[in-house]
Amino acid sequence: MKRLLSIAFLASTAIGFAGQAQSQTVFLSTQLRPIEEATAVREELLSGLERPVDYVVEEPPQFAVRMEAERQAGRHTISLVGALHGELSPLADKQMLEPLDDLAKKLVSAGMPQSLLDLGKLGKAEQQYIPWMQATYVMAANKDALQYLPEGADINKLDYDQLIAWGKKMEEATGAPQIGFPAGPKGLMARYFQGYFYPSFTGGVVRTFKNPDAVAGWEKLRELWTVVAPTSTNYDFMQEPLASGEVMVAWDHVARLKNAISASPDQYVVFPAPAGPKGRGYMPVVAGLAIPKGAPDKANATAIIEHLATPQVQLKTASLVGFFPTLNVQLPPDLDPGVALLAGAVTATQSAPDAMISLLPVGLGDKGGEFNKVYMDAFQRIILQNEPIDAVLKAQGETLTKLMADTKAPCWAPDAKSDGACQVE
Amino acid sequence: MTQNRSWIPYLLILPTVVFLGLLFVVPLIQTLWLAVSDNGVPSLANMQTMVRDINFGRSILNTFLLTLAVVPIQIAMALAMGSMVSKVNGGRETILWIWTIPLGISDLAAGMVWLSILQNTGYLNTLLFSMGLIERQTAWLTYQTPVALFVGIAIAEIWRGTAIVMIIIVAGLNQVPKEFKEAAEIFGASPWTRFTRITLPLIRPALQSALILRTVLAFEVFAVVYALGGRNFPVLVGEAYNWQNQNQNYSVAAAYAVLIMVISLAATLFYLKVIKVDPERLP
Amino acid sequence: MSTARNAGFISARRLLLWSGIVALCAWVLVPIYLVALGALGGRSGVYQWPKTILPTNVSLQPFILFLKTEGVFQSFLNSLGAAGITVTLSILLGAPAGYALARYDFRGKDSFRLLVLLTRAFPLAILALPLTVSFIRLGLYDTVVGVGLIHTVLALPFAALVTQGIFLGVPRELEEAAWVFGCTRIQAFFKIVAPLALPGLVATAVFAFVISWNEVFAASVLTVRHRTLTAYLLTVLSESPMHYRFAGGLLLILPSVVFIFAVRRYLFAIWGISSK
Repeated sequence: MKRLLSIAFLASTAIGFAGQAQSQTVFLSTQLRPIEEATAVREELLSGLERPVDYVVEEPPQFAVRMEAERQAGRHTISLVGALHGELSPLADKQMLEPLDDLAKKLVSAGMPQSLLDLGKLGKAEQQYIPWMQATYVMAANKDALQYLPEGADINKLDYDQLIAWGKKMEEATGAPQIGFPAGPKGLMARYFQGYFYPSFTGGVVRTFKNPDAVAGWEKLRELWTVVAPTSTNYDFMQEPLASGEVMVAWDHVARLKNAISASPDQYVVFPAPAGPKGRGYMPVVAGLAIPKGAPDKANATAIIEHLATPQVQLKTASLVGFFPTLNVQLPPDLDPGVALLAGAVTATQSAPDAMISLLPVGLGDKGGEFNKVYMDAFQRIILQNEPIDAVLKAQGETLTKLMADTKAPCWAPDAKSDGACQVE
Repeated sequence: MTQNRSWIPYLLILPTVVFLGLLFVVPLIQTLWLAVSDNGVPSLANMQTMVRDINFGRSILNTFLLTLAVVPIQIAMALAMGSMVSKVNGGRETILWIWTIPLGISDLAAGMVWLSILQNTGYLNTLLFSMGLIERQTAWLTYQTPVALFVGIAIAEIWRGTAIVMIIIVAGLNQVPKEFKEAAEIFGASPWTRFTRITLPLIRPALQSALILRTVLAFEVFAVVYALGGRNFPVLVGEAYNWQNQNQNYSVAAAYAVLIMVISLAATLFYLKVIKVDPERLP
Repeated sequence: MSTARNAGFISARRLLLWSGIVALCAWVLVPIYLVALGALGGRSGVYQWPKTILPTNVSLQPFILFLKTEGVFQSFLNSLGAAGITVTLSILLGAPAGYALARYDFRGKDSFRLLVLLTRAFPLAILALPLTVSFIRLGLYDTVVGVGLIHTVLALPFAALVTQGIFLGVPRELEEAAWVFGCTRIQAFFKIVAPLALPGLVATAVFAFVISWNEVFAASVLTVRHRTLTAYLLTVLSESPMHYRFAGGLLLILPSVVFIFAVRRYLFAIWGISSK
């Protein structure tokens, strides 16, 4: 028995450590996490490199914990990180990122727009990260839904009243609500409030949290929600309910719509999110690549960044995972037609005359989750539990004020700039 | 036993005590401290945050409702399974094996299993559709159908958690001497009387451990609920998980952990008091 | 006449009994069958409406594709590793404690029993939060050994209590007889007690295995790269298409079906002995 046990122990320890010994360059990313996307990165985007890369994904909260733990312990395993602009900025604040100015110079001459590269400075003198890929959120509709579009509505210039009218007609015709939002536990619904709902209705995100415009907006959302599929609170990715026909119209991140649209591009139209009284809010997403200070394998990390920033790999990234290039390259016409549809909607959003840009939250550090919770709790209480709007916004506004005071984060667009912490007005 | 060797039992339990001390008691105290402190000074701030959170009341209610719905059904099913299998001679082992399979199924996997049945394009809807009871896909797991959602989660929990109760109860039933039953039969007691007067009292220890184990586990239910209900059905451990993982606030998560511990301990003490058993018989 | 009616009555009861048994078997097996259909049906199968209950359009392809996904196999190995450590440690530490509880009266026995019971009343997985900090310091964070250690905390109380029952079931007289015949205590233990207790120990080991194999919460908190299968699935599956989720569910179920089959005989013995 004892011998058996010791053999079992040794064997299991050996199994546990098998495959951990190789010296690979560790690439930790908060982007492209879903299994199929991660596989595409490993097998397609990172192939052809000389040294093997261990592509590891991590959800944003754990990413922050992990980076902080490595900094505190002084033991570094990660050579390269890929994360959103807002997730990299706390790292830059703590001086945790290597300056990448040489690389940035090279990429300017390769055709990366200077304006985009400047984002990667995160307000500092040196280049903190290299823009890797960009994306945003759009709406997609099954072509069967177009027959119910209210008269006179231009799908590329929808406003909220038209969306509601459209939803009502679809519900009358089919017997079930046909509009879907990713309000499940892993869905990106919080981004809808921060990048679309609040900017469109109030022209701000934090400052305007509980002003009269916000109250009017929530009332409008209540009206919209009567024609939204109640299973929305179970949806994490809208591509699945779209493809299965559970909903006909959906709002989501382009990468989370891509599978449905690429699978049958003839079946869908993709268009900008609706406009509110203050404009057509939208949230661009920029993911960047950065090298942490103390990275064990800087040379190879630099090589990986250069590889991922070549035109071929950038286009491949677009067609495989639905994130768009940061290089100034034309998407070729023979690109995946689904990705072309999504790209068209992104262009339509950015060039809309009433477009209002809303940046990802910056400077919240590890409070990003609680920041999202403020908006999602307001949503749950106002829309799902039908509580009075004024009272809920007042209570959630207090939480938000405290949160912003704790983090001392200054306002970001579309809120007007602030001295010191951004506060609810 | 022999007095001069009184150090032996201490030597034997020493590894366990050290191990549990390092990996259970120390982090337990850390958790307690985390829950009742703020930046290193004693404070009730975390408790307040927890109690004021919109999901706090609902998660307590949901956890208790689920426990109250699931545990009695599981005990009843396990008793039924136990008495059924005792009447069977051939194939007994196979039947028991099949009934025990869910024991090895994690709550995560159980969640996926029932998701495949209860989702919109799932098998339940297919069945109802083919019987003409519904005209189109019906959603069962939404905030608008709280009863259906609750029933779905309860069914998944019953499916997954009955096996452990059954094992304990079948083992208990095996211990009931045949002579008692035969004697009762001779005196003309009805099957129901035999069950309530003879079997039930004799399997008290098994019943008690089954109840304690299952109730504590029911308070820790998480992955099944998460898979089926998403954010529509908050439960205590799920809230702890959210505060820890999504909101990155370990202190509030610790407050939830302490609350769960208090509830579980109270339930355990309740069972120990209500169903009195010689402590030696505790498994 | 009366015997005939009696026979009819009995066979009606048998029919009832067997239909109950069959229904309960179906209650366990049908959901597993359905998730297997989902796992083997691929992407198109998930969207199909209405579904077919028969295994048409089924192939092993989607499941094999899932198994080939980066990380699945490694995390499968990690799960085996963590479970192996859990089994080994919980028996090596728990069996002596169980023996002490079964054979000796000593001061502090009740306190010890209380400590062990206390672990049952606490959602142990939540201890992973404070442990994260200590584990980072000790270099155990994100290792299979670290996960094995916390899983041992889960399985150890169970092992101690169950082995206590097992040793109680081995007659003390046999052991004492061995001492009379000149065996040392240790010899007596390994020659007499251990063989008799072996089946129960095996079952304890399998329980420890299942506890570790299925644990999600602690494993996902304590690991980043070296995830166990459940932790890996919890992070990737929630963001993956349905057929991947079902394939993951099936992969979690299959080993436990085999384990339970392997020890089905001991399962009842272990509880039977321990609740004596």
